[in-house]
Amino acid sequence: MTVRVQSEPFDAGAELNSFAHGRTDVGAVVSFTGVVRDTKGDLQEMLIEHYPGMTENAIGKIADEAVQRWALADVLVIHRYGPLKPGEPIMMVATASAHRAAAFEAADSLMDYLKSRAPFWKKEITAQGASWVDAKDADEDALKRW
Amino acid sequence: MNVVYFAWVRERIGLPQETVDTGAATVKDLIAELSAREDRYAAAFADISALRVALDQELADFDAPLSGVQEVAFFPPMTGG
Repeated sequence: MTVRVQSEPFDAGAELNSFAHGRTDVGAVVSFTGVVRDTKGDLQEMLIEHYPGMTENAIGKIADEAVQRWALADVLVIHRYGPLKPGEPIMMVATASAHRAAAFEAADSLMDYLKSRAPFWKKEITAQGASWVDAKDADEDALKRW
Repeated sequence: MNVVYFAWVRERIGLPQETVDTGAATVKDLIAELSAREDRYAAAFADISALRVALDQELADFDAPLSGVQEVAFFPPMTGG
């Protein structure tokens, strides 16, 4: 299991290539990459704040639970903080398991939990000013699926 | 006790963390105590349904006791991913 919380960019392709590399018990690898999206065409920067210490612990716990529940061979979570530009990767999740259903479900569940239970906050900077991104009820509701 | 603030809670109160000397029994008691201090605290804590709290870096309820707690964090609902 690998959890990294960092301000530096990461190479999702390179991360995926080395993830679970050489594991002959793995039949499925699923990955998700979250990218900064410019929804209204005026986003200059996305500023991500987090709670150092709690962030790593919360993600570690979420990843541990996924490993147990879906008997994952391995899991990778990378999440960035600090100023990010539109189009830049924010985070990625990868899961490895014997069969694809477990890898897909685990990645989906991890994303739902990371959205609402990992202490990150997003602020959008536009020419009009800065505003914090509100959490959506739908994101909280998504946790009920698990 | 160390009290830390994140996102708009930090901006509204105007500082990222502070040491608070308090005998508050629960999170709610601490909020009442801080809100009585100054308007900027009252503004930040006006609607606790818009807030989350963590005690020693674990999410907690507003009724949770503060006994033995070293760090209290207040922040809006998280927006990771």
